Amino acid sequence: MQYGASSRRGAPWLMSHKFFVRLCLLPLVVVTAAFFLLPMARLAVTGAEGPQGLAGYLAILVEPRYRATLINTVLLAAATTLVTLIVATIAGMFLQRHRFPGRAVLIAMLTFPLAFPGVVVGFMIILLAGRQGLIGDLSNRLAGQKFVFAYSIYGLFLGYLYFSVPRVILTIMAAVQKLDTGLEDAARSLGASPWAVQRDVVLPALAPAFVASGAIAFATAMGAFGTAFTLATNIDVLPMLIYTEFTLAANFSTSAALSVGLGVITWFILALARSFSGSAVAAAG
Amino acid sequence: MRDRLIFAGQLLFTLIVAAFLVVPAALSIVAGVTMSYFRGISSGVTLQWVAQVWNLYAGTIALSFLIALATLAVTLLVGVPAAYALHRRGGRLSRIIEEVITLPLAIPGLAIALALLLTYGSFGEFRRSWLFILVGHVVFTMPFMVRSVMAVFATVDVRTLDEGAASLGAPAWRRFRDVIVPNAVPGILAGSLMVVTLSLGEFNLTWMLHTPLTKTLPIGLADSYASMRLEVASAYTLIFFIMIIPLLVAMQLFAEKGRAT
Repeated sequence: MQYGASSRRGAPWLMSHKFFVRLCLLPLVVVTAAFFLLPMARLAVTGAEGPQGLAGYLAILVEPRYRATLINTVLLAAATTLVTLIVATIAGMFLQRHRFPGRAVLIAMLTFPLAFPGVVVGFMIILLAGRQGLIGDLSNRLAGQKFVFAYSIYGLFLGYLYFSVPRVILTIMAAVQKLDTGLEDAARSLGASPWAVQRDVVLPALAPAFVASGAIAFATAMGAFGTAFTLATNIDVLPMLIYTEFTLAANFSTSAALSVGLGVITWFILALARSFSGSAVAAAG
Repeated sequence: MRDRLIFAGQLLFTLIVAAFLVVPAALSIVAGVTMSYFRGISSGVTLQWVAQVWNLYAGTIALSFLIALATLAVTLLVGVPAAYALHRRGGRLSRIIEEVITLPLAIPGLAIALALLLTYGSFGEFRRSWLFILVGHVVFTMPFMVRSVMAVFATVDVRTLDEGAASLGAPAWRRFRDVIVPNAVPGILAGSLMVVTLSLGEFNLTWMLHTPLTKTLPIGLADSYASMRLEVASAYTLIFFIMIIPLLVAMQLFAEKGRAT
C-alpha cells in the first residue's frame, strides 16, 4: 500500500504502466470497431433502407410468409431443445451415476461429434436418412419401402439433435457430478419413491444446467445455417430464408432486417439464460 | 431385480444415442474407402476417392490451414494483450468491452457475414482475397482467446506478480513479455486449440464471405456434398476427420488436466 502511494506521485513506471495497458487494449478496440460494430451498425441501417423504411423490421412479424417461417423456426428450435434435454439428461445422469466397463469409451463416443461443423452434421444425416441412407436401406429390406426424410424439416431436426446432444450431455454430466447425493438419501429415507426423488430433488437441482444448455441448443437451432444448407436449400427456416433473400433475390434490406431480428432473438435467449443461470453461455455452430 | 432392469434400460438407451452419433461417422469412413458404396464393402477397398479429393480439393485444405494459422496469429497478437489489459483495468468499461467482443457468439454467423458484406463488399481487392474470410474468423474466434486467457488471470495473482516485477524496475512491456505471458501459457494454449479448431470447421460465415477462388475446406465439403458422388464426399469428410480429431482429443485432454489441477 505504502509503495503504491509513493510511486503514484513520483515513479515513472506507473504512468507508463497505464499507458501500456491502454496500448494493449487498443488493437482489440480497433479490430472490434472496424470489423464488428461498424458492420453491425451498417446491417441495422440497411434493414431500414427498404421500400417500407423502418417498417421493414416489422415484416418478420406482419408478412404472412416471413411469420410462417419464423414460427416454423421457433417450433423446430423448441422441439430440438426439448428432445435434446430429455435424451441428454437420461444418458448423462446414467453415465455420471454408474461405473461399468466401457464407460469411458461410451463417453468418448457421445462427445466426439463436438467439433463437427454444421455441414458435416448435414452429411451425417444424409448417410442416415438420405436416398442412399441406412434407414432407407433397412426399411426397404424389412418393409419393402424406402424411408427417406433427410431433405425435410425432420432431417434438419435430426441434424440439430446430432449437433446438440454431445454439448448438452457434457453440461448435464458436470451438473450431476456436483449434486449433493445426501439430499436424495434424505428424501428416500423419508419414504419418497424413486420417481418422487427424481422429480422433487434431482430435476430441480439440475434446473440451472437445463436453462444454460437448453438456451444454447435453442439459439443454435434458430441460427445455424450449415446443416440446413447441406440438406436442402428449400427447408423453410429463418437462416435459409435470409440466405435466399440475399443471394437469390438480392433483397438486401429484407435480409438485413431478418438477420437483425434473428440476431436479437438468439442474443435475447442467451442473455435471459445467463441472467437466470449466472454463467456465460454462447451459441455454437 | 428392478434396479437391474432400470440399469439395463438406461444402458440400452445410452447405447442407442451413441449409435446415432457414431454410426453415420463410421458409415462415412467406410464409404470413403469403398469401391462402390451401393454394392457395399465387398466391392473392394480403395484409396482412389481419397486421391480424387486430393486432386480436386487440396487447395481448400491448404487455404483452411493458412486461414486457421493467420486467425491464430491475429487472435494471439490482439487477444492476449487485450485480456491482460481487461483484467488489469477492471471496471465498467472493461466489462462492456468484454460483453461486446463476446456478442459474435450469440449472433448467428450469417448475420455477421451479411454485415461484413454490406460494409466491405464494395472494396473489390479486399473482398476477393482470403483476408476477407480471415476478418470473419477473427471476429468469431476472438472471444474464445480473450476469455480463455482471462480465465487464467483470474486464478493467478497477476497484479502481485506484475507489481513485484515493476518494483524491481522492469518496464511494462518487459514485464508483459517475461512475467505475464509465461503465466498465461495454459490459457493461451487452450484458447489456441479452440481458435484453430473453430476456424478449420467454420462454415456459416465463410460460405457468405468466400469467392470461387477462396474456398476453404468446409466450403469444399458443402460443394462435394451437393455435386459429387457419395464416395468422394465421404473421402473428403474422412480427410476432415483426420485433421480435426487430434485437435479435439488435445482439447479434451487439456480440459481434464485443467479440472485435475
